[in-house]
Amino acid sequence: MSDFALFCPAPLGERERVLMAHGGGGRLMRELIEGLFAARLKPQHETDAATLAAGGARLAFTTDSFVVRPIFFPGGDIGSLAVHGTVNDLAMAGAEPVALSAAFILEEGLEMETLRRVVDSMAQAAQRAGVRIVTGDTKVVERGHADQIYITTTGIGVLAHDGELAPGRAAPGDEVVLSGDIGRHGMAVMSAREGLTFESEIVSDSAPVHREALGLLENGVRVHCMRDLTRGGLASAVIEIARAAGVRVELDEARIPVREDVRAACELLGFDPLYVANEGRFVAFVAAGEGERAAALLPGGAVIGKVLETGAGAVTLRSLIGAARVLDLLSGEQLPRIC
Amino acid sequence: MKHLDEYRDAGRARALAAEIARVMTRPWRIMEICGGQTHAILRFGIDQLLPPELELVHGPGCPVCVTPLELIDRAIALARMPGVLLASFGDMLRVPGSGTDLLAARARGAQVAVVYSPLDAARLAEQKQDRQIVFFAVGFETTVPGVALAVREARRLGLKNFSILSAHVLVPPALRAILGSPQSRIQGVLAAGHVCTVEGFEDYEPIARDYGVPVVVTGFEPVDLLQGILLCVRQLEAGRAVVENQYARAVRREGNREARALVRAMFEPVDRKWRGIGVIPLSGLALRPEWREFDAEQRFSLSTGEVQESPECIGGLVLQGAKKPLECPAFGEHCTPERPLGAPMVSSEGACAAYYRYGRTHV
Repeated sequence: MSDFALFCPAPLGERERVLMAHGGGGRLMRELIEGLFAARLKPQHETDAATLAAGGARLAFTTDSFVVRPIFFPGGDIGSLAVHGTVNDLAMAGAEPVALSAAFILEEGLEMETLRRVVDSMAQAAQRAGVRIVTGDTKVVERGHADQIYITTTGIGVLAHDGELAPGRAAPGDEVVLSGDIGRHGMAVMSAREGLTFESEIVSDSAPVHREALGLLENGVRVHCMRDLTRGGLASAVIEIARAAGVRVELDEARIPVREDVRAACELLGFDPLYVANEGRFVAFVAAGEGERAAALLPGGAVIGKVLETGAGAVTLRSLIGAARVLDLLSGEQLPRIC
Repeated sequence: MKHLDEYRDAGRARALAAEIARVMTRPWRIMEICGGQTHAILRFGIDQLLPPELELVHGPGCPVCVTPLELIDRAIALARMPGVLLASFGDMLRVPGSGTDLLAARARGAQVAVVYSPLDAARLAEQKQDRQIVFFAVGFETTVPGVALAVREARRLGLKNFSILSAHVLVPPALRAILGSPQSRIQGVLAAGHVCTVEGFEDYEPIARDYGVPVVVTGFEPVDLLQGILLCVRQLEAGRAVVENQYARAVRREGNREARALVRAMFEPVDRKWRGIGVIPLSGLALRPEWREFDAEQRFSLSTGEVQESPECIGGLVLQGAKKPLECPAFGEHCTPERPLGAPMVSSEGACAAYYRYGRTHV
């Protein structure tokens, strides 16, 4: 084999179309948001919710679309998810959710009973979260031009604090607090979609987190920023905060809770739980010395790391066997249409 | 899966690393064949625990990386044919062919589906009788039995719309090619536990003897890998070169007899081109004549033209353990997982992807 031919292919020419990875929460999505949306629309905020002052009130404002497949999965459905997702984006800005709008894109032929179940689920989720759905819109498209049902929810909330919660406020000494075990939503949807069965059914963590998040503020924890762990999972959320603040964050893999069944499913399918989507978990960066108190206020809370120094915005992970490596944004799509 | 914890135990891992350092009297270079092992080494930072005199080089065990451009181009051509749906494992879809990859082709209208099992592809064929379902069958010995079952199931169901495009490859011929190359620097080998679960390790015994290299059948967890390395180093220090089985909890010498018999009944060895390496005799598997009605290359007329690859990527050298990803000038610059020059940068078993994702230890 001394005459090995050594070669590799030419660069790709077909990048000028939207790929699934543009919605995957990883690097291509970041490129799309920064290079196309932000460059043209020039939003003032880089967080999931904008904060505005209007008529003497300080408000948070956010919007989110939901395309999850299948629309019913263990632990939730597209309706409850659409409520929780927007409530949680408001909560991460430190806002008490007040009102939501809901817009529906329906595929011709969708069974009315299915739609009823989804909308009932939304109503229940809104009631449990203490938020009202006050306005909405409905469009129907031809069969095959959408997949059953897509929902967009927009939310408004009143800020529950006088300060500012922003990724840029993460500072050296801050402790990183995680609100519970990770990876459940992604693996629950994946198992339902692929018909995979494990010893026990993996149930999504989909839930409103505003009471937990606002509870930190009410109890006087000095919170610098919060982020819910949706697409891209824990790793992507912490990396984005580290970059925005220009700080180095170190996480300790051994302290990050992952349920046994979720870990098994991830192993089987080749996913890294650090990057798997959640719908009822968040991280809070809190002032030095306040991590344990914050964790105790959260059911399942844990201090999983700290901010080390300013400089290159990056995250390092201390692995289970004690070695260190840098965590990076995910390439490509790990799990499409998870929310 | 609870048993995994004991194979990820930091105390055991450190004790094994210390034992490796203690028994080593001189530098050694060991190749782990499987890309899954490469990823585990970098993901857990196993290389950071080892003495610097022990060099781990990475082998060809990434099936999508070695799938030749021509086959990927044929898969894309199939996906673009009216009435054809191409199904494969997700890992295959992002690997660039000569012009594009399957995901980008899908964004332009080609019919491509991700499946987790070849049997799911056969099920698709059962559900979508108006379409030809082609399963792009990629993988080493580990994945062939599943494909054999899917083809057998298709015959049982009388499916006329199911076929496979076989890119299956075999480890032992490739290992011989690498160890027999004058540029080979490999002194010891960690064989891939999963492959041996199916095929056993009898085939490795003549290889250990012929090339004078110890071969240790090794698992994929940190403690497995460190035990495998320790067994290999002990042999090297003692001047021995035999096959040992670290992964005894999953692997028997004769492998899985039933799976092997099924594969032999339905597939036969053929010469196969390995991307970046070249043609290796009898290193691939194709359906035997009596099963050829399920061979997509027989069912569809596909161009077999040769395509040229650009010289910037050193993927071929990486797959032979002759170079490491960081020695490539394009690494992380012209070549990233978003815009790859070669397959090792995109596959979940590719060495370049492992270095890109896990290889940075300092900010």
